[in-house]
Amino acid sequence: MSEAGAALETVGLGKRYGRKWGLRDCSVRLPRGRIAALVGPNGAGKSTLLRMAAGITRPSAGEVRVFGHSPQRQTVDVLREIGYLDQERPLYRAFRVGEMLRFGERLNPNWCEAAARDYLDALEIPTGSKVGNLSIGQQAQVALTMCLAKRPALLLLDEPVAALDPVAREGLMHILLRSVVDNNTTVVISSHAISDLATICDYVIILSASRVHVADDLDYVLASHRLLMASSEETPELPPGVAVVSTTHSERQTNVLVRVEQPLTDPSWQVVEPTLEEIVIAYLREKGPRNLALGQPRGGDSSDDAR
Amino acid sequence: MESRRPLINFRLDPRTGLAPYRQLVDQVRQAVSLGLLRPGDRLPSVREVVTQVTINPNTVHRAYRDLEHEGVVEGRAGLGTFVTASASSRVTAKDRNVLLEELRGWVGRARQAGLDDEGIAALVAVAVLPEDIVSR
Repeated sequence: MSEAGAALETVGLGKRYGRKWGLRDCSVRLPRGRIAALVGPNGAGKSTLLRMAAGITRPSAGEVRVFGHSPQRQTVDVLREIGYLDQERPLYRAFRVGEMLRFGERLNPNWCEAAARDYLDALEIPTGSKVGNLSIGQQAQVALTMCLAKRPALLLLDEPVAALDPVAREGLMHILLRSVVDNNTTVVISSHAISDLATICDYVIILSASRVHVADDLDYVLASHRLLMASSEETPELPPGVAVVSTTHSERQTNVLVRVEQPLTDPSWQVVEPTLEEIVIAYLREKGPRNLALGQPRGGDSSDDAR
Repeated sequence: MESRRPLINFRLDPRTGLAPYRQLVDQVRQAVSLGLLRPGDRLPSVREVVTQVTINPNTVHRAYRDLEHEGVVEGRAGLGTFVTASASSRVTAKDRNVLLEELRGWVGRARQAGLDDEGIAALVAVAVLPEDIVSR
């Protein structure tokens, strides 16, 4: 894929708050048309990354590009292309829903009123309701509707489903996915819980302690990790060419989650394919790339050999 | 275009450990073999599927592509994805019910002989294999 094909690209991107880095050495290249799960614990730098991509926060180091444009230097070009939903879900509480829509229409040349009404219909939110009287879930849905009606090419959603009940979460995901089908939108969606995103993402970015540990196609992430299990009384040598992500011991058993480049056929270990949850947790538990020999995120192409 | 309700409902079960696209493929195959989907029927559109189950649209495309390779369905440009004539099971509902009744009888005898559900499933799995594979 050519350089211009990336929806979002960062190179050595960093943000310092005083003496502390909020995000550091972040290099990510997200191809168009993907739904990327941005996962990591609170304070890992997820919001910082999204805010720099949206041009709200200025980087302290490195570069960020949205469809080849710099959010800081080519703000107008980038703003036209992106929809950014802050985790605070900013809405005017005194407005009625219909007034929020008119507000959005005036500010966005590409606004699609029919789509906005269609989404609100599907969510059963009357346009006459006052925003302040809606439930938290409905407010989140209205805020996302505002983003989607703008028909952006890249959606940046910061914790959109946190604190939502399952029904509100499903409604929100459904209008998001419909919009993705209709407009071929690229999406970056952050969450501290991968289980919220496991079935909708096809790209995974794992952030922890201000650093990117994984940024790749879901299929590749699944295919390039294995869980090795053996008795802890006689733990065998690790096979060559693996990088340890995380090790857990119990009384009788040792489990090692590793990154691999080739299929493993080591009879001394029981080898299984970990779930995405297990992979994410392994990275977050270690909080750092200590043993990672294969730490660099790969390029963009997908491998279809994961099952 | 999507005013009519979709013919089948997909569901995703995380407990199976199967990749979501695999689950969609299996559910279409099963619906065809049970006669829920018949030749000429249109599969739910990608847009419909993502609002039935919360799933990545590319995963649905991939499942439909796999089914197309297998000859179960065919894509018609601009119209959707349709069950092919060759995909239909030639078993009638009546025949199927007779077979099911016979199988229930057999399952009853297997239980009496002391087999548990897992043992029964294991025997069935062996029985559907070609005979030369199991002649040991």
